[in-house]
Amino acid sequence: MTTEIKVDHVSLRLGDQNALSDLSFQLKGDKIYGLLGRNGAGKTSLLSLLASFREPTEGTVLINGERPFENQRVMNNVNFIYAKNQNDESETVKGMLEFAERYRPEWDAEYASKLVKRFKLPMDQKVKALSKGKQSALDVVIGLASRTPVTIFDEAYLGMDAPARSVFYEELIKDYAEHPRCIILSTHLISEVASLLEEVVIIDQGKLLVHEPVDILMAHGLSITGPAETVNRLTSDLRVLKQQQLGRTKSVMIYGQLESLRLSELERSGLELGPIGLQELFIYLTEHEGDGE
Amino acid sequence: MCEPMNDGRPIFVQIAEHIENEILGGSLEELAQVPSTNQFAAFYKINPATAAKGVNVLVNEGILFKKRGIGMFVAEHAREKLIEKRKKTFFQDYVAAMLREAEKLHIEKETLIQMIEDGQK
Repeated sequence: MTTEIKVDHVSLRLGDQNALSDLSFQLKGDKIYGLLGRNGAGKTSLLSLLASFREPTEGTVLINGERPFENQRVMNNVNFIYAKNQNDESETVKGMLEFAERYRPEWDAEYASKLVKRFKLPMDQKVKALSKGKQSALDVVIGLASRTPVTIFDEAYLGMDAPARSVFYEELIKDYAEHPRCIILSTHLISEVASLLEEVVIIDQGKLLVHEPVDILMAHGLSITGPAETVNRLTSDLRVLKQQQLGRTKSVMIYGQLESLRLSELERSGLELGPIGLQELFIYLTEHEGDGE
Repeated sequence: MCEPMNDGRPIFVQIAEHIENEILGGSLEELAQVPSTNQFAAFYKINPATAAKGVNVLVNEGILFKKRGIGMFVAEHAREKLIEKRKKTFFQDYVAAMLREAEKLHIEKETLIQMIEDGQK
C-alpha cells in the first residue's frame, strides 16, 4: 500500500505563538517530498505532528487514514530522523544499530553494514565520542536501513561534510528506487537536494505557500532580461518576485504560468528568457518586506 | 556516479537530450537496451520519476520502445528520426545565435561564409 498523508486545517499553538495556522495539504504516494521553509516557518512543528510527538491544537493529521498521536500502529510506520544532541549517548554505534533492528520490521542489516562502511563509522565507539558529522551519518544510516514506510529527514545532515552528504543523496536515491517509500526531506540546502525531489511543499509563517510537483513549480518561474523599457512594457501585468537593474538593462523574476503565445512574444521582442533555480525561487517566494535591500 | 545535470533547463529534458546524443553519437545503437530509469536516477542523483519522464518523452516520439518486463530499447530508424528532428531546430539553435553575434561584431556575410568553409576543411 502506498502512503497517504492528509493534513486538514491544522493549527498548532506553542505557548502564545501560532506555530502552524490552518494548514491543509495532502501527500499522495511513495514519493520524495521536499519540505521547505525559512527558519521558524514551522517545518519541525509540522513534522513533529506527523511523527506523533505532538497533537494539533486544531484540525486533523491522518496517515493512511489514522491519527498518529499516541497511535502505536502509525508510529511504527513513521521514522523521524532529526539532528538531536547525542553528546550524552553512551551506547555504541553497534548498539544503536541493534536497537533499530529490534524496532524496525523492515530493517535490512546487510544494507546497514554496507552504509556503515561507506560512512566509515567505528562500530565499537560510543556515540557521544563521535564527531557531529559522524553522529549525523549514524542517524542517516538508521533512517535508510530502517526502510520505514514514512521516513522523515529533518536537517539530518547537520555537521556532515560535502562528500558525506553526497554519499547520503546517492544512497537515498538508489535505495528509494529499489524500495519506494514516502520520504520527506526538510532542508535548507535546497540546491543540493532539488534534483532528488518529486514534490515540494513550502510553508511560510506557519501557512502553506506552495504545494506542487517540482517540475511544475520550476516551470512557473522565469527570469526576463533586456532593455528596461521593453521589460517594463511587457511584464507590467505579471507577478514580479524580484527586479534588478544594471544601467539600462533590467532583469525581473516572474512567477506564474505563461501561455506559449506570450512566451514567443517576449522572445521576439529580443528579451532573454531563462529558468530560475529552485533555491532562488524559494528565496523570492518567501521574501518578506524588511528582509533587506 | 555523476553530478546532477544542472544547466537550468528541466532535468527530464536534459535526460532525454543525453539519450538522444548517445544515439546520435553511436554509443547507443539501434535495438540496444537503454539503462533503466533507476540506473539513470542513481547515476545522475535525480528522482526516478524525473528520469522516467525524460525517457517517456523519447518513447512518445518513437525513439525508444518498451518491452514489457524487460526494459527500454532504441527503436529502429531512431537515429534517422533524430537527425531529422535536430535539423529542424538547427537554424534556431545554432545559426540564428551565430548571426546575432556576427551582427554585433559587424562580421560581414562573406567573412562568415569564409569561416565556415575554413572550419569544414
